[in-house]
Amino acid sequence: MNLDFSPEELAFREEVRRFIADSYPANLRDKQMSEDSLNKEDYLAWHKILAKKGWVAPGWPTQYGGPGWTPTQKYIWSEEQARADTVPILPFGINMVSPVIYTFGSQAQKDKFLPATYNGDIWWCQGYSEPGSGSDLASVRTRAVREGDHYIVNGQKTWTTLAQFADWGFFLCRTDTEAKPQAGISFLLIDMKSPGVTVRPIITLGGEHEVNDVFLDNVKVPVENRIFDENQGWTAAKFLLAHERSGIAGVARSKRGIERIRKMATNELADDSGPLLKDPFFKRKVAELEIDLTALEFTELRTLAGEASGKGPGPESSLLKIKGTEIQQRVHELALEAAGHYGAPYFRGFPTDGDNAHPIGPDYAHETAPSYFNGRKTSIYGGSNEIQRNIIAKMVLGL
Amino acid sequence: MDFSFTEEQSMLRDTVASFLQDKYDFETRRGIVKSETGWRPDYWKAFAEELGILGAPFSEDLGGLGGGATENMIVMEEFGKALVIEPYLGTVVIGGGFLKHSGYAGAADLIGKIVGGEATFAFAYAEPQARYTWRDLKTTAKKDGAGYVLNGHKAVVVGAPWASHLIVTARTGGGQRDEGGVSVFLVDKNAKGVVTRDYPTIDGLRASEVFFENVSVGADALIGAEGAGLPLVEKVIDEATAAVGAEAVGVLRKLHEGTLEYTKQRKQFGQPIAQFQVLQHRMVDMFIQVEQSVSMTYMATIKLSESDHERAKAISAAKVQIGRACKFVGQNAIQLHGGMGMTDEMAIGHYFKRATIIEGLFGSVDHHLRRYEGLSIDKAA
Repeated sequence: MNLDFSPEELAFREEVRRFIADSYPANLRDKQMSEDSLNKEDYLAWHKILAKKGWVAPGWPTQYGGPGWTPTQKYIWSEEQARADTVPILPFGINMVSPVIYTFGSQAQKDKFLPATYNGDIWWCQGYSEPGSGSDLASVRTRAVREGDHYIVNGQKTWTTLAQFADWGFFLCRTDTEAKPQAGISFLLIDMKSPGVTVRPIITLGGEHEVNDVFLDNVKVPVENRIFDENQGWTAAKFLLAHERSGIAGVARSKRGIERIRKMATNELADDSGPLLKDPFFKRKVAELEIDLTALEFTELRTLAGEASGKGPGPESSLLKIKGTEIQQRVHELALEAAGHYGAPYFRGFPTDGDNAHPIGPDYAHETAPSYFNGRKTSIYGGSNEIQRNIIAKMVLGL
Repeated sequence: MDFSFTEEQSMLRDTVASFLQDKYDFETRRGIVKSETGWRPDYWKAFAEELGILGAPFSEDLGGLGGGATENMIVMEEFGKALVIEPYLGTVVIGGGFLKHSGYAGAADLIGKIVGGEATFAFAYAEPQARYTWRDLKTTAKKDGAGYVLNGHKAVVVGAPWASHLIVTARTGGGQRDEGGVSVFLVDKNAKGVVTRDYPTIDGLRASEVFFENVSVGADALIGAEGAGLPLVEKVIDEATAAVGAEAVGVLRKLHEGTLEYTKQRKQFGQPIAQFQVLQHRMVDMFIQVEQSVSMTYMATIKLSESDHERAKAISAAKVQIGRACKFVGQNAIQLHGGMGMTDEMAIGHYFKRATIIEGLFGSVDHHLRRYEGLSIDKAA
């Protein structure tokens, strides 16, 4: 039992801090401050800097370009990114499809996709959910029919995050309608510029355009773009879901969120005209949240330590997903509460500059309500928290 | 003991419900939210002339229907079910409340205008620094000859972009947070020096930051006694809190019903998800929250006519229950709708947004818990 970072780890943390301070683009920082919505170039700017440095894919094996960090170094890295509030590296390419490709893909597929993904030249989206297949993902109905050296794909995917920017997508498609649901699925990589692919925006509660419907109408997909064997796609899909969950606790981001709440609540006044942060009711909630987050952090650290000693992330990662998302949602709740009256004004698509003499509340209040509403997705996506509890009940508790 | 409604009250509910069913479906509401003005003055006219509901809580000699708080409750609950945007709360409940309770000289005339749909009110009470302490006022009204000059900044004044009149709390004496020295003024929104910045709110309404820059008003702008306005403000805000509680009940019922309906038709793993026991229990807990909120809304509405102390205690107790229900029922309605609950396209998310705003309106759960503790425990101890 030892919690201290070694001298090498401390030196590594210094190096990371210095690198972020020196290399993070100033214009990106300004844009984040002003809460402008980020475009494709913004998302990729930091990605490309990290790719050049060799740090964009901490989870990858070194042979494909990973930095060969220990679990502790990876942990330090994610802590420091959250601490500096950097734009997140989108998970679809680096954390989701790439591990599938280097685990299950052919050499040709590795050569074609891994370097381009690493360098940010391919933007990926995930074609998993369908209107009829959410929690019950194995029931996907998007059909891929083999015709010579192509599949002809027809169907509809939904909740496809940032597909409006995507170059490629990874899709679960049914290639055998007779087999058991899990046994008839193939994992296909589809060029989003293929004829027959249509992306339609879905606007969500906070007014964001993050997710999309993706329609596939007689889309021709070369057989060489199938990962792993035909009808064995579920194996790859499950592998990917486990990877998706391991980063989902979001401890470092929640810490940052709590810090922001502390700042807000220092400025906001409570009923007794003292700072809100000194208000016994509010203070108690912040304390409870911090304690819950500390417990989650140490649960995650135990998982990391297990990984270091060779145990892969198992179904226990469902615990990280459940607690992590519940805590993120409470962070949003407290921020909205701290904002008071100024949680209500809503400025998306509404011009607000030009009258500095008559401000509309403090800047930190403006995004609290949209963030609160948008944050409700976290207990739904990536396998809803109800499904995660089923997984723990079955796989961990053996019920 | 009787929780039933009179024939007139049932008729009022049916009239409002059937109008909204015909003319206020979700797509119509979406159109209103997106329109330039953000409300439907023609509907307001219809509320006055066709339905006569803008007179619901006023006596017959003022042109009203002879009702009171129960009538406000009925209208607000139906408005909640349809997520009605138009300013019944600001105009009839709050504007009407100040005029009724203050002995204001021009009350009869102005209530006549409310009943006829010619006057709309917005209540400028909140200030940027004050959170839920209504007496915390930086806005001042300085005596100037027979009248007053107002200066200050009011925060998130809901309905101000549509209002003909503002009701404004301002300090005529005392320190920023003193109980004494609070006065209430009626200000023409077009008065010189009233500067507004209008904007939408997350729940589909419109509001303004209202700045008073040397606004001159006459002596007849004062509602109630100079410097002794706080009890009146508290009474009217309590009435408004009961009314938004009723609105919340309408919103909560729709959130719960919509969730039952959705989970019965949504199939996963070969069966409607409503058949999963874990979801059934969640929907039972939502149901319990809705029923408890209905009960507290009735209780609070009945107790509005009791002593200041009893009234305040009842209102705070009700708002604690309702605030918690808004959060629990709203969040779980979205959760059980899955991704569909996250879309702007479905109505359910819009009910959740309104529920969330109501949660904090006229005081958060914490605020009302503290107020209740003060009135019920600290004073008894």
